[in-house]
Amino acid sequence: MSEFASTYPPKVIVTKIGFDGHDRGSRLVAAFLRDAGMEVIYTPPWQEVATVVKLAIEEDAEVIGISSLATDHLLVPRLMTALRDAGVNDVQVIVGGIVPALDEKLLLDAGVARVFHPGTSLEDIAAEIRALSARARAMRSSELQ
Amino acid sequence: MNKPDEAQLFDSDVQQAERRWQQAYDATASSAQRSINRSGIEIKPLYTPHDRAREDFFDDVGFPGAYPNTRGIYASMHRGRSWTQRQLIGWGVPEDYNKRLKEILAHGGTALSLIPCNSVYRGYDADEVPPELLGTCGVVVNSIEDMDIALADVPLDRISCALNDPSPFTLLALLLAVAKRRNIPWQKITGTSNQSDYLSHCVANHMFFRLALPGARRVLTDHIQFANESLPGWNPLSVVGQHTQQAGATPAEAMGFTVAAALQYAEDCIARGMDPDRFLPRFTFFFDISISFFEEIAKFRAGRRLWARLARERLGAKDARSWRFKFHGQTSGVDLTRQQPLNNIARVTAQAMAGIFGGLQSLHTDGYDEAVSVPTAEAARIAIATQNILREEAQLTDVIDPLGGSYYVETLTDRMQEEIEAVIARIDAAGGMFKAVEDGLVQRMIGESALAHQSKIESGEQTVVGVNAYQIDEDPQKYRSQPYPDPAAIDAQCARLKAFKQNRSKPDAANALDDLARSAQGTSNVMASIVTAAEAGATHGEICAVLRRELGFGQPLAIV
Repeated sequence: MSEFASTYPPKVIVTKIGFDGHDRGSRLVAAFLRDAGMEVIYTPPWQEVATVVKLAIEEDAEVIGISSLATDHLLVPRLMTALRDAGVNDVQVIVGGIVPALDEKLLLDAGVARVFHPGTSLEDIAAEIRALSARARAMRSSELQ
Repeated sequence: MNKPDEAQLFDSDVQQAERRWQQAYDATASSAQRSINRSGIEIKPLYTPHDRAREDFFDDVGFPGAYPNTRGIYASMHRGRSWTQRQLIGWGVPEDYNKRLKEILAHGGTALSLIPCNSVYRGYDADEVPPELLGTCGVVVNSIEDMDIALADVPLDRISCALNDPSPFTLLALLLAVAKRRNIPWQKITGTSNQSDYLSHCVANHMFFRLALPGARRVLTDHIQFANESLPGWNPLSVVGQHTQQAGATPAEAMGFTVAAALQYAEDCIARGMDPDRFLPRFTFFFDISISFFEEIAKFRAGRRLWARLARERLGAKDARSWRFKFHGQTSGVDLTRQQPLNNIARVTAQAMAGIFGGLQSLHTDGYDEAVSVPTAEAARIAIATQNILREEAQLTDVIDPLGGSYYVETLTDRMQEEIEAVIARIDAAGGMFKAVEDGLVQRMIGESALAHQSKIESGEQTVVGVNAYQIDEDPQKYRSQPYPDPAAIDAQCARLKAFKQNRSKPDAANALDDLARSAQGTSNVMASIVTAAEAGATHGEICAVLRRELGFGQPLAIV
């Protein structure tokens, strides 16, 4: 990791795509990550896939956290495709919420870095985001070289 | 007279005995342990006759069905008639829903509930959204034809309908259109517009078609007025504490927000010139039941008493029916765990008991697999069986308000009421519930409480079995999840909508939508126009599109 990268806190988008509006999880995670010193870009629910891709590019985010309670995780493969189509290959995507075990494989196969289920501690989520942020930065610096 | 009376003698005996107990208790190791409930009230290890400062039995406790209704809103409560078992259903396409509904009715159900697809909540027809989400969390119903199929062979004049139908109430409009088609007079339609409380949606779960707040306010008041005039058997408003508590509010906060919202809605109706004794008997409430057992019981008893007083004193209602705090309870999904999910059956049992002892009028018990997926049929069966076991085997309904008179429960009811009143005072000081929501105050309070509760779980102060204590290794694949609808059925549903739009009278639908736009621009009743539009063949998505255009679209505040 370069000196530059380690100086700045991880930059993470916390959002919800699709129709469901239950935002206890996304607000909770966003507040915790903010208090843990990360740079958090939080959006209210109902974001379009295209909006999230645009936000990731504009904000130069390293990690996107998608919160899902009511099957909106089924849209995540669309998000992964849209990111790739936009040339965004280094941003790490994680999903948290009610994700049935069978669907976890679907998401991982689509390129999602990690799926968090109910009962995960916020500390564990923060630790994973730090690691994924470092991975995104390493990918970026290797692209630059 | 200098001679002490018997009561005083008894009192001093009790005081001596209590001192002796206190000394013995203080000498034990457990005396250092403090207990604070979710609403922040410190719980003592023992309660005695000395804990209740207020001693006027008739003012504070009294009898069931008598003001202030602390012990229940009806004289006979569950002894006379069980609570309604109202399980939420909705999945797939209208045929799927109809099949499931008929199964429930065949097993003795007398009420229907209808959960629409999330695309419906958000104001869209099936042809406007990504198909992979359709029908996964609720049934796709967009047109009078869809509603007719969903309710095929169901006697609409003899069944109570609970529609999860947020503003602008298109499901009710479609139901009324179907009733008219079947020659059933609207006077015979009974049920409730669940999810009509736009303020709770706005602060808690955003499961609705999000009109800008002033538009939502106007449509709800129109809806209440329409129901008052045309639907004598319909409850147009269910004020929802479940949303705020599931989002993180403490039980006292959730009750406070709910009562404050009910006051706001009532005051909006009064400002419209409506008589409180016309609309208040049709107000209902819907609450979360967490696993904090005694706290929930006290929450319900306190809320019921407080509402009776506010309805009478603040809103000026004179009819005893206006003071009744009718409520539906749902066991808390947030308390359920993905780890060792069968443990959730025990949690739901404790939650349901708290709701029953709290005096609810109808109950939904959650499936044990709520934290795994949309509930499976097996989990739904067990949830209903839990209610039957509590009622008919454990015989919880033999005595009305069986915990009333408990020193603890009465004291906690008083303390919860104080906390609830403090929340309402804070909302009043902020300019009422509408203003407090518009300014984000309620959202911030909920967020802070959610984080505080989570911190207690993270630190281990709050045990969650299987999550932060008593964990085991288990195979996450072991539990089945609810399958998604067959893509072919979803394709057929989309084709049906397309054919419906082609085959209807296009001028009739277009004219009705124009009339709706004019209603929204002017001051005539929007709800009446929505019903007319549904009858004329306008779809849910088309009605929502007109209102979105005319009344404005709102976004949740980005508050963390």
